Amino acid sequence: MEQNVICRGLSKTYQQDAIIVQALSGIDLDVPKGDFVCLSGPSGSGKTTLLNLVGGLDAPTGGEITVAGQRVDLMSQAQLATMRLMHLGFVFQAYNLIPVLTARENVEFVMQLQGMDRKERRARARAILEDVGLEGLENRRPAQLSGGQQQRVAVARAMVSGPSLVLADEPTANLDSRNGEMLLELMRKMNEGRGVTFIIATHEQLVMDHARRLIRLHDGRIVSDELQR
Amino acid sequence: MSTLNVRLLYTLAWRNVWRNHRRTFVILVAIAFGIWSMVTLAAIMRGMIEQQVRNVINNLTGHIQVHAVGYRDDPVVDNSMPPPGPHMVEVLRGEHVRAWSTRVRVPAVVASERESAGVTLVGIDPEAEQGLSFIAEAVTEGRYLESSGDCGVLLGRKLVERLETSLGKRVVLMSQDVDNEIADRGFRVVGVFDANMEATETGYVFTGRSVAQEMLRLGENISELALVARDRQDLGAVLQLLVRVAPGLDIQPWTKLEPLLVLTVKMYEATMLIWFVVVFLAMSFGLVNTLLMAVFERTREIGLFQALGMRPGFLLSQVLLESLTVLMIGLVMGNVLAWATIASLADGLNLSAFAEGLEWAGISSVIYPLISASDVISANLLVLVLGIVASLYPAWRAARRVPVEAITRI
Ligand SMILES: Nc1ncnc2c1ncn2[C@@H]1O[C@H](COP(=O)(O)OP(=O)(O)OP(=O)(O)O)[C@@H](O)[C@H]1O
Ligand SMILES: [Mg+2]
Repeated sequence: MEQNVICRGLSKTYQQDAIIVQALSGIDLDVPKGDFVCLSGPSGSGKTTLLNLVGGLDAPTGGEITVAGQRVDLMSQAQLATMRLMHLGFVFQAYNLIPVLTARENVEFVMQLQGMDRKERRARARAILEDVGLEGLENRRPAQLSGGQQQRVAVARAMVSGPSLVLADEPTANLDSRNGEMLLELMRKMNEGRGVTFIIATHEQLVMDHARRLIRLHDGRIVSDELQR
Repeated sequence: MSTLNVRLLYTLAWRNVWRNHRRTFVILVAIAFGIWSMVTLAAIMRGMIEQQVRNVINNLTGHIQVHAVGYRDDPVVDNSMPPPGPHMVEVLRGEHVRAWSTRVRVPAVVASERESAGVTLVGIDPEAEQGLSFIAEAVTEGRYLESSGDCGVLLGRKLVERLETSLGKRVVLMSQDVDNEIADRGFRVVGVFDANMEATETGYVFTGRSVAQEMLRLGENISELALVARDRQDLGAVLQLLVRVAPGLDIQPWTKLEPLLVLTVKMYEATMLIWFVVVFLAMSFGLVNTLLMAVFERTREIGLFQALGMRPGFLLSQVLLESLTVLMIGLVMGNVLAWATIASLADGLNLSAFAEGLEWAGISSVIYPLISASDVISANLLVLVLGIVASLYPAWRAARRVPVEAITRI
């Protein structure tokens, strides 16, 4: 099966003053295309670090990362920007949206960076906002949306540009269980409908229940990796 | 960068400008005030310069003067010269020259029955002198001279007071003739003139040229030929022609005749430049601070932009464009304000409250501001270009590596 993400011997150490923190050590991981992976583990186990390395937001101190056939660890800042723009979607815990842009503009933003023409952009944005159940709220700015609505806009934006991989870091942490459930169902739908790979970091049981594959981290190492259901 | 992205860039920059109204307002006021003060001050200074130059040029200097060699060091009858020959007259009647006249100009003593004073006696050709110097328009009491043979004199208002004489009374003028003999003669005061500067009113006594020539036994000789050209900034051609037809004479443009004036003009320009720099420094300080603040406040957002795949160059341009937008709005406001201020001063800025000190420096007490395109352009360009340069640091701060912490930590 074609692999979307390949990590080999991946490690990351942070050094703050005299203290050295081994955030990740020797991670070997393959994520095939279309997988729906949940990264779990206690606080400080390295979930966020791993996502950041895969997304090229931070550089590893050792090992290799390949995403969509390209070596992320060898890329320049500009190459990384292009890589993120064309292949990746991000959903963070909060503050995902650009405050000065409306919901629709936020969704269109990435397509705009990609250089997509206006008509196509409009149509796609309208369709996806409808998919995530936000029709009628297109022209609101983030501050005028609830947390759950904001996260749905974020998912819509991550999906709309046609990425092969979406990285989500605690996407439901700020939501109540009903909204969390809705968001997860949405992501699952996108995963199944479009074959987009998801890697979601979380410590919530709800998210783990929705995952197809559950990876547990502890002290920067993978301690278990199992398929569910 | 595609046109789409330019639009996006502009949307973001524009909305970010209005994100923090108070901050934007403060910086706009700073820029507007800065450019207002630059342009207004420059216009007032230009007005002062222009007036001063005109005063001096009007005050008998003209654009070019011709003398016998040695006259400028020792302006006495001995250093006189014959009237212009036919070749010279041809040049003077040519296209470059607007007005010209010949004068007798020597040091003299004027005395009334009560007082006496040292003056410069100027024998003029009243008709030719019109359009060349101030005197024709300056007579406010009595009459102007009628011909070069007019044997009345014109005295300045202050001199009349000082001599305790008045219109219609007689005064005696005394000087040396060509044989170094004392030449003196009584004149009737036929006119009183007012001038911008007290020194002019007390310094000159005017009479007909032939009368002066006769009194000093100069024959046809004159002390000075003055002319006003079409353009005072462009005297090269006339000077060349004159030197060709009168190689033995001392021919000088106003810039050489009045070195002090040229120096004063330079000083004004330097003052203006210093003011420009001071204003600009204060302004750019505010601008950089504001932008840095904006960039720091938006660290998370900038991280987000980068996570979404915005290139560093795009981020850099976004911050620069934001700054450019504020600069442009501020510049427009400042220029409009400056224009309004200057327009409201079209009737002159009255400085008579400080006039005593100013007059000494040769400045009239009412100043008419003068907008010079090059001053306005340089003030605006200075603010714009250096403003952008000052924004480079905040922009660079924004575009540097991805602030991972800012986006992943709550
Ligand atoms: N910038 C940093 N500087 C120093 N240490 C860091 C930095 N970022 C993360 N760490 C450390 O690396 C380790 C892994 O952190 P990471 O954020 O990946 O954990 P996590 O699994 O996401 O935790 P949480 O569930 O609390 O989000 C922790 O010990 C953390 O303190
Ligand atoms: Mg985390």
